Amino acid sequence: MTSAARKLDGEKRPVSATGRFDVERVRADFPILHQKVHGHPLVYLDNAATSQKPRAVIDAITRYYEGSNANVHRGVHFLSENATEEYEAARLTVQEFLNAAHSREIVFVRGTTEGINLVAQTFGRAQVQAGDEVLITAMEHHSNIVPWQILCDEKRARLRVASINDQGELLLDEFANLLGPRTKLAAVTHVSNALGTINPLKRMIEMAHSRNVPVLVDGAQAVPHMKVDVQDLDCDFYTFSGHKVYGPTGIGVLYGKATLLHAMPPYQSGGDMISSVTFEKTTYNQLPYKFEAGTPDIAGVIGLGAALQYVDGLGMENIGAHEHDLLAYATEAVSAIPGVRLIGTAKEKASVLSFVIEDIHPHDIGTILDQQGIAIRTGHHCSQPVMERFGVPATARASFAVYNTRKEVDALVRGIEKVRQVFA
Amino acid sequence: MSDLRDLYQDVILEHSKAPRNYRELPAANHKAEGFNPLCGDRFTVYVALEGDAIRDISFQGSGCAISKASASMMTQIVKGKTMAEAEKIFGRFHEMVTGHAPAGGSESELGKLTVFSGVSEFPVRVKCATLAWHTLHAALEGKQDPVSTE
Repeated sequence: MTSAARKLDGEKRPVSATGRFDVERVRADFPILHQKVHGHPLVYLDNAATSQKPRAVIDAITRYYEGSNANVHRGVHFLSENATEEYEAARLTVQEFLNAAHSREIVFVRGTTEGINLVAQTFGRAQVQAGDEVLITAMEHHSNIVPWQILCDEKRARLRVASINDQGELLLDEFANLLGPRTKLAAVTHVSNALGTINPLKRMIEMAHSRNVPVLVDGAQAVPHMKVDVQDLDCDFYTFSGHKVYGPTGIGVLYGKATLLHAMPPYQSGGDMISSVTFEKTTYNQLPYKFEAGTPDIAGVIGLGAALQYVDGLGMENIGAHEHDLLAYATEAVSAIPGVRLIGTAKEKASVLSFVIEDIHPHDIGTILDQQGIAIRTGHHCSQPVMERFGVPATARASFAVYNTRKEVDALVRGIEKVRQVFA
Repeated sequence: MSDLRDLYQDVILEHSKAPRNYRELPAANHKAEGFNPLCGDRFTVYVALEGDAIRDISFQGSGCAISKASASMMTQIVKGKTMAEAEKIFGRFHEMVTGHAPAGGSESELGKLTVFSGVSEFPVRVKCATLAWHTLHAALEGKQDPVSTE
């Protein structure tokens, strides 16, 4: 069903004739970047919160609403067939993007949060019983803590937490030791949103599987920055949000191994997720539709498909290399500023530079940077346990995307100098 | 365009660096905790109430420059006032930082607190400026649960 245009592995564009990554060509694809904020050129460094959208994504959504809008999987009419074809083509794009074995293993959800809640409410409620354990890590986002807390409270099960060191790296031995006979699931982040730490996921999954423990991966902060191959990782569930990978808000993906998804009870119920309904009995639809009740976010799915194609067009290796260069450049420059302390100094990091400045609250840093057109995130980043671990109430966080430049890092450094002047 | 110096006036910076009445208050008979979940600011306000009068007041906690300076200056201005007077000042202060101060209204009641008038140009910082005041209000009402800006 996928037309050639929708296939990934298209021509990689942004590498210029000289073989260098051409960030200016990438920037030209993002309409929002070319504006002034408080009289200064916008420097958008809040990408871990959400990324900006390329023209290709905006156009795909507009094209859908202007040319193909209809409900999916229902009508026999022309528009409905078009909409269904585009919707399912996006599913194949996601399948290819994650290298999933089957498209029926790709479930569309609202985002990472819903993906985790889906697994907690279906797989979790079916598998976790009194006295069982769910294992997470100390660097999880609230969305990979609270659903398990609620489940464990309800089931009188126990939530176990593997610690991290002062660099923000997972203590692997402790993680391995906490995988016990009562562990029913390990739910771990691929990349920490507050620290930038990249977890040694493949090794962790091997450890868990050697104890017969399935693994759910929160991939929200990983998918925009690195190639994810769910078959190579052998993870049981992998979930991410579209909006952090240049796609629209309100759409995300839950990948699950077909055998697990088959065995799970449905999540929400209603239209589309059934194959037949009588007042006596309902037969659920096949995968993945069993988990997609109601009219889905069709435009969002099509936009997400366009985003993943865009990313593939740039080439994940190019994106990763460019961002790695920015992070290294920024780490050196920002840590050289007197009074600055980096929070999260793991050896393996992606895209995130979290920091505090002595005697200056992150909130004040954020306001003063904003006045210079620089957008960063300040606060606890929905990771209060991480803040507690490092003894800070909050941090300032700059996070990078493919369209950021070294010049913007320079602006950030000048901005931080200005913060220090105001508080001098 | 709003000027940073309108927000971060010298008096505010000075109070944030050396907050007044920053301590626990053994004689306190009223106390409340205030919390801004968005940025993690957290303060405890202690009040020694004698009849209707705020005989002594202090605070502790962590927060940004705006919230800390606001707490510090609040303790100075309400000390010795009655509960009703303190609540009235809070009302006027709230109007000022949200940009709803009545035209031609007198600012005399607010005194030094007028240094916070620049906050009205920074809507996301209004909660920082009012956190200590909400907490004081809760302490005076004898509320047990921490107040939240959300």
